[in-house]
Amino acid sequence: MIAVFLREIRLALRHPAEALAAVLFFIIVCALFPFGVGPSPDALARLAPGALVTAALLAALLPLDRLFAGEAEDGSLDLLLTTGLPPALLAAAKAAAHWTVTGLPLLLATPVSAALLALPVEGWGVAILALALGSAILSLLGTLGAALTLGARRGGVLLPLLVLPLAVPVVIFAAGAIEAAAGGGEARPFLLLLGAFLAGALPLAPLAAGAALREG
Amino acid sequence: MLAAEDLAARRGGRVVFAGLSLQAAPGEALLLLGPNGAGKSTLLRVLAGLLRPAAGRVAWDGEDVALDAAAHGARTRYLGHQDAIKPALTPREDLGFWARLRGGDPDAALAALGLSALAGLPCRTLSAGQRRRLALARLALGDAPLWLLDEPTLGLDSVSVGRLGALLAGHRARGGIVLAATHLPLPLPGARELGL
Repeated sequence: MIAVFLREIRLALRHPAEALAAVLFFIIVCALFPFGVGPSPDALARLAPGALVTAALLAALLPLDRLFAGEAEDGSLDLLLTTGLPPALLAAAKAAAHWTVTGLPLLLATPVSAALLALPVEGWGVAILALALGSAILSLLGTLGAALTLGARRGGVLLPLLVLPLAVPVVIFAAGAIEAAAGGGEARPFLLLLGAFLAGALPLAPLAAGAALREG
Repeated sequence: MLAAEDLAARRGGRVVFAGLSLQAAPGEALLLLGPNGAGKSTLLRVLAGLLRPAAGRVAWDGEDVALDAAAHGARTRYLGHQDAIKPALTPREDLGFWARLRGGDPDAALAALGLSALAGLPCRTLSAGQRRRLALARLALGDAPLWLLDEPTLGLDSVSVGRLGALLAGHRARGGIVLAATHLPLPLPGARELGL
């Protein structure tokens, strides 16, 4: 499983454009809001928590449709499934690699996006924490979606339709946490709920994704 | 000992073959012959555990392989039509990855297929035959008793076919089983033929 994870990281480092594209997408979407809403800091700061979380989730979704499709097209998936490695562990390694390659750079870019959206600086720390939990949940749900849509024509369109409704709680709690922190409130309960969601997705999503891969 | 009883397989609702039984004892080689679309690749995928048979069962030493997919995976080496090569990795990195999953020595496997001189080049620079040789080199990793090969000599030159012959002979001498689907003559002396 660690070998699969390390191979993913190595491949991502050889093709850094994909991870960079997600980060740039995140920053550009956040940069568009001031143009649409107007540069008034008050109006922007009200929008900022929700916009930040939504943009980050959409950016993390970008590379997901290639997660298993590339492996299936060049025959690697057949070999990976005949190594005796349980498919659930393969899916877990893929989800972990997706988070490392896409989620972590998004966290590094969060201060830039937060500044573009005029989010009060008091909220930045919690924003990074909430997005760390939220993007990890999305990596897990997205791995499940990628495994389910593997082999479907137009899987790239199907995937967001499957995954985004499941990510609604992430948007609610992550935006709630950021809003609370930026307004001087208590962000802890929101973060704990995100953590609970992650604790549930951590075992369930790879198991379901593994079952989907075996059937595929 | 590999045995399949009364196997049937379906692709896209169409029955590809049905009522197929076969047996292969240690050291034996079985050639799957038949026209395009006869179900040779499908049979190999069923035997590898990648595809569930529509009917019948595949057994190893009398035990149904579907009961323990991990154990069947560990004893099987499957070579598909595609070479499963990532253009950005070098042959040594590729084999190093599979060796971590399945054991074995990547450098010895590279040498067995004559790829040592190319070990450090990115795979995107390899020719089709060289890519096939890299896919074949994975067979030499670790020690799995069951080899399932789909058109193994596709694109190989005669020297490489000779190297593959040595690899197959060594595998059978150790008590390994080879099942190969092919349209070309393979270096498998004494192989039984199974028409599909």
